[in-house]
Amino acid sequence: MRWLAQLRIRIQMLLRGREAARLDDELQFHLDRQVAENVSGGMKPDEAHYAALRTFGNPALLREQTRSNWSWSSFEAILRELRYGFRTLRRTPGFSLIAIIVMALCIGAATSLFTIVRSVLLRPLPFRDPSQLVMVYEHFTNRSDPFPYNIVSPADFHDWRTQTHGFQDMAAWRWDQFNLTGMHGEMPEVVQAAAGSWNLFPLFGVQPAFGRSFSESEDRPGGSAVMLTWSFFERRFSGDPSIVGKQIHLDAKPYTVVGILPREFTYPDAKVQMWVPYGADVTPEFLQYHDHHQSRVLARLKPGVSVANAINQVASVQYHLHLQYPHDPVADGVLPRSITDDLAQDVKTPLIVLMCAVGCMLLIGCLNVANLLVARAAARQKEVAIRSALGAQRFTLISGQLIESFLICIAGGGAGIVLSVAATSWLAHSWKELPSTQPIHIDGTVLAFSCALVFASALLAGLLPAISSTAKAALAILQSSSRTSVGNAARTTLRKTLLGIEITVTVVLLIAAGLLLKSFLRLRSTNIGCVTDNVLTLSYSLPAQKYDKPEKVNAFNETLLERVRAIPGVRGAALGTVLPGAGYESDDVFTIVEHPPVPAGHELPDANNRNVDAGFFSALQIPLLSGRFFTSQDRVGQPAHIIINRELARQYFPGEDPIGKYMRISAHSSLDYEVVGVVGDTLYRANEPVKPAMYFPLLEGESNMGLSLAVHTDANPLAMAIPVQKQIAALDPQLPVNDVLTLDQVIGDSLVNASFSATLVLAFAILSLTLASVGLYGVLSYLMTQRMTEIGVRIALGAQREQVLRLMLFDGLRPALIGLVSGLAASAALTRQIASMLYGTQPLDPMVFVAAAVTLLLVSALACLVPAWRASRLDPIQALRID
Amino acid sequence: MGKPNDLVQGTLDLLILRTLLPEAMHGWAIAKRIQQISGEVLQVQQGSLYPALHRLEQQGWIKAKWAESETGRQAKFYALTSAGRKQLETETANWQRLSAAINLIVNEA
Repeated sequence: MRWLAQLRIRIQMLLRGREAARLDDELQFHLDRQVAENVSGGMKPDEAHYAALRTFGNPALLREQTRSNWSWSSFEAILRELRYGFRTLRRTPGFSLIAIIVMALCIGAATSLFTIVRSVLLRPLPFRDPSQLVMVYEHFTNRSDPFPYNIVSPADFHDWRTQTHGFQDMAAWRWDQFNLTGMHGEMPEVVQAAAGSWNLFPLFGVQPAFGRSFSESEDRPGGSAVMLTWSFFERRFSGDPSIVGKQIHLDAKPYTVVGILPREFTYPDAKVQMWVPYGADVTPEFLQYHDHHQSRVLARLKPGVSVANAINQVASVQYHLHLQYPHDPVADGVLPRSITDDLAQDVKTPLIVLMCAVGCMLLIGCLNVANLLVARAAARQKEVAIRSALGAQRFTLISGQLIESFLICIAGGGAGIVLSVAATSWLAHSWKELPSTQPIHIDGTVLAFSCALVFASALLAGLLPAISSTAKAALAILQSSSRTSVGNAARTTLRKTLLGIEITVTVVLLIAAGLLLKSFLRLRSTNIGCVTDNVLTLSYSLPAQKYDKPEKVNAFNETLLERVRAIPGVRGAALGTVLPGAGYESDDVFTIVEHPPVPAGHELPDANNRNVDAGFFSALQIPLLSGRFFTSQDRVGQPAHIIINRELARQYFPGEDPIGKYMRISAHSSLDYEVVGVVGDTLYRANEPVKPAMYFPLLEGESNMGLSLAVHTDANPLAMAIPVQKQIAALDPQLPVNDVLTLDQVIGDSLVNASFSATLVLAFAILSLTLASVGLYGVLSYLMTQRMTEIGVRIALGAQREQVLRLMLFDGLRPALIGLVSGLAASAALTRQIASMLYGTQPLDPMVFVAAAVTLLLVSALACLVPAWRASRLDPIQALRID
Repeated sequence: MGKPNDLVQGTLDLLILRTLLPEAMHGWAIAKRIQQISGEVLQVQQGSLYPALHRLEQQGWIKAKWAESETGRQAKFYALTSAGRKQLETETANWQRLSAAINLIVNEA
């Protein structure tokens, strides 16, 4: 506490200053007493006065000594340096502004990205001991597919949970969707839901905000409990807890609200509106499926049991299941993944890449400021030499220069943090793939990180030039006239080295951006295999209660299609379970009846399965390659027909005509399907390769499937949304519609991530390129000023202007070339790291490398040309007259 | 004859604190008192006295107040604070230990 008292006194001294201390009065009093004593000792007044002064010593010195006790002197020194720094920066507003903007952009970008990285990858999830939670997936050990984490079937999960003891507990959840119908005539609504096993919330360690979580007895077919997430609870029930215990209608079936989840629980994402028990809305048979995958399994480690140990137990259970069902898609292994990685799966690599890009940019920013400061230091070298000759300590000189870089970095950092507040919220909103389990905002840790960043940048940018400029022998500089350039060679080398590093990093950024951009463009231009312009899509799901017979379902669907096709401006309408580009959704294994059976131990081939109406292919302009499309005769009770895509024909009917062959899809029904047509390939996702696909007639009678309607229109498709929805409402006013989008938007979802990383990295690369060229320009201009006399002499002695131009140009381009070569080498080594983010582009894509090299050379040549040209136009008389 | 600089480092603080123990005094009186009590051996010069006083005030060991002096003029009076009293005890103990040790060596040798 004493320092507090001291500080108080110091501040008093500072505020009331000399007046408070009244040092002069105090000393005068002392002096007067001394005089009085001397007089009383018998001296004459004059003599007494001088004697007193003699014993007193130098009053000015005494005052100084006493004042130094007030201890503001070091502070005053800093203040003085600060004032000085401000003044120097104000004298060159252009330089200062550029440097501050550079730092603001760099620090702002770094802060925003760190905020996201922290929320997504670093901050513990809002669950009890989140580090003990792992996700467990099925894994086909002999398959080298790019997606090793396969979702789990209900019966596999059941066996894992009951037959292994390595985990405290295991829970499962799967996506679900309901039509919520109002009890009092409210708007019907399609709600995104999830179904979780009864032990899921206890496993998370999440307590409901109101009510309770599911009981074990509710987690069975027919169970009718529901838990609402906080956002839904607030939106639909205005946060009134009395809803707990009341009923809501999901798919026309009553469910009792047993609890409300707390606000911070937004797992697996914020779109989930409610949770039902895992077994509630399924049939008892569903829980017996080993080959029907849709669930995600979450497990909590037992203290003292390692992940490997616990997983080995699960793996052995799974292996036995695999042997038990040799032909079914039952995986032979399992794979764990931490829950944080699981949530961040799609953004982890892009985030790390962006973080590295920002790091590079920050480095370039610092080097650039350092470079500019070196130039500044050169102009002040005489001053520095004189000060050190007069006894200024090196530390004082260095700190003086550091202050400038600190001022720049603090101003830039402050602006950057303000900037990043906006940038972060923009990123968090528009980057759709970020997991929303954690709120993303700037907090104390992030601020501390930014401050540390500012400090480190200031140190990096300031220390380098400061040390180099104060290291010179003062004598040499003082002796040298400004005509000779003693001591400049080293500094020029320093600047060129800094520049070389800048350009190396810039090249790496340019190439990374080029690769990402190219794969994004590839992705953009991917032909999905069907018409995508002017296509409106929307989804609905017919509730099984009301549409309990296939005939009712078919009647609705056929009438709707008929009416939609009759709307003026509609070119065609397609109805199916999954539209092209809308995702993987589902697959089934099949056997071909005419082919020899698959040997035991081998898995059956699998293909995407979709149900489509008769006009689906022609409406979406998917070409028929052989055979025929479905007709309205392909419906319930008729011979079973199937259409396959070209990829399936290519892979599984090599060198034969698939038409007329029979396929058996065990999961679907016991029927054998006759192949009646082969259609063109469509991609299920724009950035994924073609997958074999089977199409079944929509009218076949699977009742309560979620369906997507695609309407190809003459003009703006979204303008057609209301007329189409009116037709649906006319058929069934209770039926909610969701995902009203254009097909381009549906497909675009898989592009958002790619476009994001590409755009951001490109922005960073362009900024870095600008910085590097500014640096290049600065160095060369500086070099020219240094060599003005020399050039003047050369010209006076008859050197050609072109020679001078070439001389200066090559001098400037040398660091650019060195940087380019090392940058290309570094890129070749590093780009493999982003291979997983690339699509249709090799990490060593020669076009991108060449383009980056050419861009850099052009920009640096341009940056060098101006000062070199100016040098070649130099008037020798003027150049020689300087000094 | 002891010049102030010859005072053992830190001893001046002790002397000032000790002198201020009975009552508040101004700088002149402090110097005089030290001189008197030490039998004119120790002469504290202004050049060290006032920096020392201000330093002690900074440390919070003494506090200053302007008041009327015995001659009727305004003078700055210094008084011990409670922290100063504690500091005096510590420094006295230190001094006694140190001087006893030095005495031992001087007498032995």
